[in-house]
Amino acid sequence: MDIIVCIKRVPETAEADLVIDGTKKAIETDDLVYSINEWDNYAVEAAIQLKEAEGGTITVISVGPEENNEVLRRALAMGADEAIRLTDPAFEGSDAYAMAKVLAAAIKDMPHDLILTGVQADDDGFGATGVALAQMLGLPYAALVTDIKKEGDTLTVHRELEGGLEEVDTLKLPALLTIQTGINEPRYVSIMGIRRVAKKEIAAKGAADLGLSENDVGLNGSMSQIEELFFPPVGEGAEIIEGTMDEKAETLVKILKERGGIA
Amino acid sequence: MEKIAVLVEHRQDEVRDITFEMLGKAHQLVGEGGEVIALFLGDPSQKGLLDAITPHAHRVIAYLDTNLKNFEPLRYQAAFSQIFENVDCQLILMGQTAFGMDLAPAVAAKWEIPFTSDVVDIEASDGDLMAIRQMYSGKVNAKVSLKAGDKRLLTVRAGAFPAEDIPTVSGEVQEITGAVEGDFSARTFVEYLEAAVGDVDITQADIIVSVGRGIKDADNIPIAEELANALGGVVACSRPVADKKWLPKERQVGTSGKTVKPKVYIALGISGAFQHQAGMKNAGTIIAVNKDPKAPIFGIAHYGIVDDLFKVVPALTEKVKGIKG
Repeated sequence: MDIIVCIKRVPETAEADLVIDGTKKAIETDDLVYSINEWDNYAVEAAIQLKEAEGGTITVISVGPEENNEVLRRALAMGADEAIRLTDPAFEGSDAYAMAKVLAAAIKDMPHDLILTGVQADDDGFGATGVALAQMLGLPYAALVTDIKKEGDTLTVHRELEGGLEEVDTLKLPALLTIQTGINEPRYVSIMGIRRVAKKEIAAKGAADLGLSENDVGLNGSMSQIEELFFPPVGEGAEIIEGTMDEKAETLVKILKERGGIA
Repeated sequence: MEKIAVLVEHRQDEVRDITFEMLGKAHQLVGEGGEVIALFLGDPSQKGLLDAITPHAHRVIAYLDTNLKNFEPLRYQAAFSQIFENVDCQLILMGQTAFGMDLAPAVAAKWEIPFTSDVVDIEASDGDLMAIRQMYSGKVNAKVSLKAGDKRLLTVRAGAFPAEDIPTVSGEVQEITGAVEGDFSARTFVEYLEAAVGDVDITQADIIVSVGRGIKDADNIPIAEELANALGGVVACSRPVADKKWLPKERQVGTSGKTVKPKVYIALGISGAFQHQAGMKNAGTIIAVNKDPKAPIFGIAHYGIVDDLFKVVPALTEKVKGIKG
């Protein structure tokens, strides 16, 4: 089975103090640490587990500058066979739709039985690229997948619905799945492992190589465009308890007693 | 905008709240003289569900076919190809839900309808619209414009708009009974699986001590358990903790887990993504402990401590044990 996994390199922002830059259309990224998008890491692991069971090849694809080779090499170290980087200044500003066009242009001529993406990316959070890509490639798909079983050319998948409910679907290969976090336990990547794939060649392809014009991609090829970034309005907010640790604990106990927090 | 169509979301014979949230926003956007259209796709046996929707839409277009009993994107798309020929509207709303995320991007790509996703607000200005959506896990908002088009499509975040107090209008129901045709065997719905029942039902607890990514390791869970035991409560968690299998899935609070309403909810090392907030915002008293003063959890908590949970929790546990003797 030939599996393609689309992965993204994103800034870690959970604990970072974000600053909106002078254009008001982006954040300052100089001080941020980048890593593989969390959902995509689960997708790579899912691909490796399928390959271990079924045989075949895994190709990882990422769109972005040379730094994206870091996440591609990380996926190679985990067990992917080949890596391709799609890169072109014209891709800048692409929304989920334009990004799906870039990926579709690259994937359509590659052998593929299964395509995996993460459900969403941690930076722009569209949750749309994978499903749009499936449509462009004419593949059946399922979003928010939390379990995959393969039998012949049929996949049985679980989709995560709301409230703990799951949906079971069958899909005929070739197909595309968007992978939800928690589907597996992604394997550890050692420094030795990364070193082993350090010399592996990663092909880079631009818009012209993919047969895409400037009107197909970037802002021109997007359906949506950021006009302005701003910080969300802050709610009323919590009353912050100050003092020494002992005083804080004392205040908390008082609040808990008043509010029924001690049974 | 004069005409807005809302795709009704229903599952297991129940209309989901997101539908009413979208209908309410649609009424606000079309204003006087505009038309809110509800698109209902379902099995003829599910017609009863229309009773809840008809009072809140000027027109309900009900596409009834035995092929449409369950949500299946290929069948919905086939129905859309007929609906789009008959329905005139400038904006289509779907939920950014397990249902809408599995459908909307494909519809947008197939019919090339300008689209963006996970919208938390929609602003109408000069006949055009701006969508407000969140980036970087809710830390930044983006005002987004859409390409020109006869129609636009947005998916709306669950809980972004109120589901109550939606204008009541006299809706007319227009039934379409033409068959949904095509080969849908490439993807087939099999069944729903209900959530596993755990040893502890967190939805019944009065006191919840909930842990997030900040707990750092499975080995640290007992710190929270000890506090919960001292208080007479139970331990729950946010998504990253369940994803890593540090606690079972049935302890997860949030959109894809449980919705809880305890008297007291203590959030330890939980940043407070909107999906988590959706599951606990109605708790009586919310106390948050987090090192990051900008963590979104402090926006909805009643009391907060900006400090290391590994210092706060043992100190608190000791005091509680002290008064309980």
